[in-house]
Amino acid sequence: MMKTETHSTLTKSIAPVLSFTVLVLVWELTARLIVRDADVLPGPFKVLESMIELTVTGSLFKHTVASLFRVTWGFYIAAMLGIPLGIILGRSRIASMMLNPIINFLRPISPLAWIPMAMLWFGIGDQPAVFLIFLSSFFPIVVATTVAVHSINPTYFYVAANFNFSRKEVIQKIVIPAIIPEIITALRLTVTIAWIVVVAAEMIAVQSGLGYLILDSRNGFRMDYVMDGMIVIGLIGLYLDYIMRRLGRIESASWGIGQA
Amino acid sequence: MGHIQTDNLCREFVNRRKKKREDGKYLPDEKVSVLEDINIEVEDGEMVCLLGPSGCGKSTLLRIIAGFDKQTSGSILIDGKEITGPSSDNIFVFQHSGLLPWMTVWQNVELGLRHMEDAEEKRSEIQEYIEMVELDGFEDHYPRQLSGGMQRRAELARALAVNPDILIMDEPFSGLDFLTHMKMREEVVNMHQFLGKTILIVTHDIDDALIMGDRVVVFSKRPSQVKMNRKLDFPHPRIVFNKQTELSKLRDELFLMLGVSYAV
Repeated sequence: MMKTETHSTLTKSIAPVLSFTVLVLVWELTARLIVRDADVLPGPFKVLESMIELTVTGSLFKHTVASLFRVTWGFYIAAMLGIPLGIILGRSRIASMMLNPIINFLRPISPLAWIPMAMLWFGIGDQPAVFLIFLSSFFPIVVATTVAVHSINPTYFYVAANFNFSRKEVIQKIVIPAIIPEIITALRLTVTIAWIVVVAAEMIAVQSGLGYLILDSRNGFRMDYVMDGMIVIGLIGLYLDYIMRRLGRIESASWGIGQA
Repeated sequence: MGHIQTDNLCREFVNRRKKKREDGKYLPDEKVSVLEDINIEVEDGEMVCLLGPSGCGKSTLLRIIAGFDKQTSGSILIDGKEITGPSSDNIFVFQHSGLLPWMTVWQNVELGLRHMEDAEEKRSEIQEYIEMVELDGFEDHYPRQLSGGMQRRAELARALAVNPDILIMDEPFSGLDFLTHMKMREEVVNMHQFLGKTILIVTHDIDDALIMGDRVVVFSKRPSQVKMNRKLDFPHPRIVFNKQTELSKLRDELFLMLGVSYAV
């Protein structure tokens, strides 16, 4: 924090523009001078042109919405189930002794390994994709929540006991507010994973979404469309991260900042 | 209410050994005796200062009284009753801030009054305690936005709002700067004279004990035993430094200039 504050906001907003300009320039030069084949590596102008084309026809928008829809659902279900489970595992020794081995066994299995099962169980459509995104986010959220609960300063539990808190009040007034800063960090990291997985999920079982756009364009040898898909994925990833960081700045959630 | 009586109170901790001995056998767990045969009586409304070397078990005794810990043997009675666990009759003021950092000063003070039914009465009571510790205007501040001294005062207000029988303070002035320490000390003395609650204070500062205490209890090194238990029958405000009147006067003047009215 200290270091960035010494730079003016102007520098802060110009720096990324500058680095992106250099990136586009390198891309253009590579395409024009080294590869010299628009079918293998289309240049920035070709890609921009096709992006305008896809935007005008509305298909880019349609695919983006489809992907966001699946990520939102999968991620939302994962958070709604994962956070409470993490709290239970963090508070109850019995629950953690029983469930932790299962979670640690399932955790390293890539969501992509579930693809055959997902297709068999849920068929074709949004459901298998949502399920895969759920799997990719669920375990990291559970583990991060458990760790966050374990790291709560024990003083707060003594305060709770001293003021005769009920079990419900301990969860509501101590555990949940105490873990919010770490939960937001965990969600921020997890939404990125979910966004990575949606593309893979859409390459198998659906007829829409940015993953499908990329796969379909590859089959048609339209590398410019492939790159359009990649660019939109990157931009939305940036935006999701930005939203998550904004969440962390809400005052009552940001109590962890500046604490020793 | 707030009478405390301990009878041959002992507390041992078990130091679990993880290492095997060379012959492959485990050594028996090592027992560390922290408190040994502590017999003290605290009268209702008394302010007792506990002195002793670091790690001698003063804090352990406080934690047992608060119900956070349990003695190994012996008994401890509060108003003739065994301690069954933490209770809002005996409020613990923590060495490092025990304020809940995600709640404002107002919400923290409200913790002890959260069951009051009349919202208007509750509001005025919270306000009263916040004013008592001179934090009016800071109701909506979060603890991290307050100075160290203000945090202690907020915690004190929260503790007093419950109207406990006993106030248990574990080194309440540690980490405060010199003047804030003096002011807090003065406030605690005033509050004690005004409210007459039983107060137990662990401190390292001899001055604190002499100036505040109705009784001073000195503990020995571990295993702790009571080395001295003396009533201090001196009126407040007390003056410890009065050997050289000239210097003492100048000291008084400086204290007054810097906002501590009883030169201590």
